[in-house]
Amino acid sequence: MSETNQNDQLAIRMQGVTKIFGSDPRSALALLRSGKSKSEVQSQTNHVVGLDNVSLDVAKGQIFVVMGLSGSGKSTLIRHVNRLIEPTAGEIFVYGDDVLKMSLEQLRSYRRTKVAMVFQKFGLLPHRSVLDNVAYGLEVRGVDKAKRLDEAARWIEVVGLSGYENSKPRQLSGGQQQRVGLARALAMDTDIILMDEAFSALDPLIRSGMQDQLITLQKELNKTILFITHDFDEALKIGDRIAVLKDGALQQVGKPEDIVLKPANEHIEEFVREVNKARAIHVRSIMERGEFEPCDYTVPATARCEDVLPYFAEHQWVGVTDDGGHQVGRVTAKRVIGALARYTPGVG
Amino acid sequence: MFPELIDTRPLRRSIDEGLNWVVRNWGDGFEAAARPLLILLNAIEGLLVATPWWLIIGLLALIAWLATRRWQLPTVVAAALFLVGLMDLWRDAMSTMALMLAATITAIIVSIPVGVAMSRSFNVRRAMTPLLDLMQTLPSFVYLIPTVMIFGPGKIPALIATIVYAAPPLVRLTDLGLRSVDPAVMEASRAFGTNPTQRLFGVQIPLALPTILAGVNQTTMMALAMVVIASMIGAGGLGYQVLQGIGRLEVSRGLFAGLGIVVLAIVFDRITQAFGKQLQGKIGLSEQRA
Repeated sequence: MSETNQNDQLAIRMQGVTKIFGSDPRSALALLRSGKSKSEVQSQTNHVVGLDNVSLDVAKGQIFVVMGLSGSGKSTLIRHVNRLIEPTAGEIFVYGDDVLKMSLEQLRSYRRTKVAMVFQKFGLLPHRSVLDNVAYGLEVRGVDKAKRLDEAARWIEVVGLSGYENSKPRQLSGGQQQRVGLARALAMDTDIILMDEAFSALDPLIRSGMQDQLITLQKELNKTILFITHDFDEALKIGDRIAVLKDGALQQVGKPEDIVLKPANEHIEEFVREVNKARAIHVRSIMERGEFEPCDYTVPATARCEDVLPYFAEHQWVGVTDDGGHQVGRVTAKRVIGALARYTPGVG
Repeated sequence: MFPELIDTRPLRRSIDEGLNWVVRNWGDGFEAAARPLLILLNAIEGLLVATPWWLIIGLLALIAWLATRRWQLPTVVAAALFLVGLMDLWRDAMSTMALMLAATITAIIVSIPVGVAMSRSFNVRRAMTPLLDLMQTLPSFVYLIPTVMIFGPGKIPALIATIVYAAPPLVRLTDLGLRSVDPAVMEASRAFGTNPTQRLFGVQIPLALPTILAGVNQTTMMALAMVVIASMIGAGGLGYQVLQGIGRLEVSRGLFAGLGIVVLAIVFDRITQAFGKQLQGKIGLSEQRA
């Protein structure tokens, strides 16, 4: 992997994590190690393979998305990071600390201070007000009342729920409830936030708004976010890196473009086929690099294909500029069409 | 006829002799151990009898109002209790209410910790379930007689028999309520680093409270159902009036006292149910709107 030299930058490191559900996971593990497939193990021993030898490196300050269909083990994976689920085999490090070696007391203190979590079903305390829900994590940590309520009020404002402090969760819509869940996690001020299908239960429009807000917040706060989703579009939109999980095994890990342009196998190609590629592919990954005559129109390298499409109505070339505004390359309509239409390895 | 495979007479004799031995040697000890129960019962009864009737009616109507925030239930409660007074049953009704309250309070103190233990340990649940079944199905006379032998006739065995009969639903509903707390909420609480005690008091008990209150409601009802049997061994109160009515073939006496019991049942049933509903409104069904 290209990030081996950035080991000190790693927030989360999972090594060969395997999880088998059942009464005697050890024997099933031996079977799995001997090369049997997930379904063979299940039919022979009645044990379910949740995760199969998953190794992941999540760098500090990025949104890392784990994408997979239901039953792919993605929710199991995220619960290993704060050890809500114990792995059958493997190692998990968070900022270099071995999560699996922690005693129960250490584990609780780790959960109170290092990782916060947002849940698909919100997991709010229905008998408490919004304010007390957001302050919950700090309360568990032992922060005194005035201070935690102050903090909570501040985060309620950040997620845009001012005025709802004294409402009960049931009085809020789904989107608002998830904002409470997000504020509760943010109020913990942990470096790592785990988000388990956090937006999956929301309506498309509200979901899109929450995604934008998450991206903005992440840029401001520079958190490390491990985000689980079954929605490939969502993964492409918010992910700095994406890992695709199927049957508990990793299929591909890479930047969103890598996955769209060079899907590692048929399973991923199926996802790619359904996705809005014009939004997923950045112009920088398909441009011709080099010195060209300055073009009439330029876009930044972070622009997406859909951003340059309108220019092709009148222009053959569109320039691509770096952060400093210097033209570093150009794209043609042909190149964009090539990228959007076919996915042979080697494009770009 | 079923063949006599073993002779059970020695076994039965030893059970009987064992009980006699217990009564002879430990009877005083048991009586001393049960004294707090008697003190509790007498204190409640003394308080209820010493309080003027209009104050009791007023207080219960106020509680009913607090539970519903409407005027209907307080009116029904006041009218029903007034009727008890009219039927010349006030003193007896207070005895019966005292027995019911003492049994319910004791049952709450004992049952909730047991229910908590059951909800947390599969083994405790497996051990307790048949015992609770036994307490609910064994005819009460079967354990009434040994209790009377140990404590002598009077209020203590009556109270104990009432508790044995009335406590199981509260234990069961406490266990059920704690275990059926939304697992998503429990997991979220765990993810924030709570320990089991914080989860019990901060999440489980508040969310299970409506179910636990339903258990309290059941306990009060079952305690009232025991008053006639309890009066056979010296509990007094409305149950005793029913017994006398039967004994003297005075249908009217039995009927009035029976109606008195019904009135108490309705009053306490409606009040506890209303509190349960109020609580459920505060917390229940919260995550349906996702």
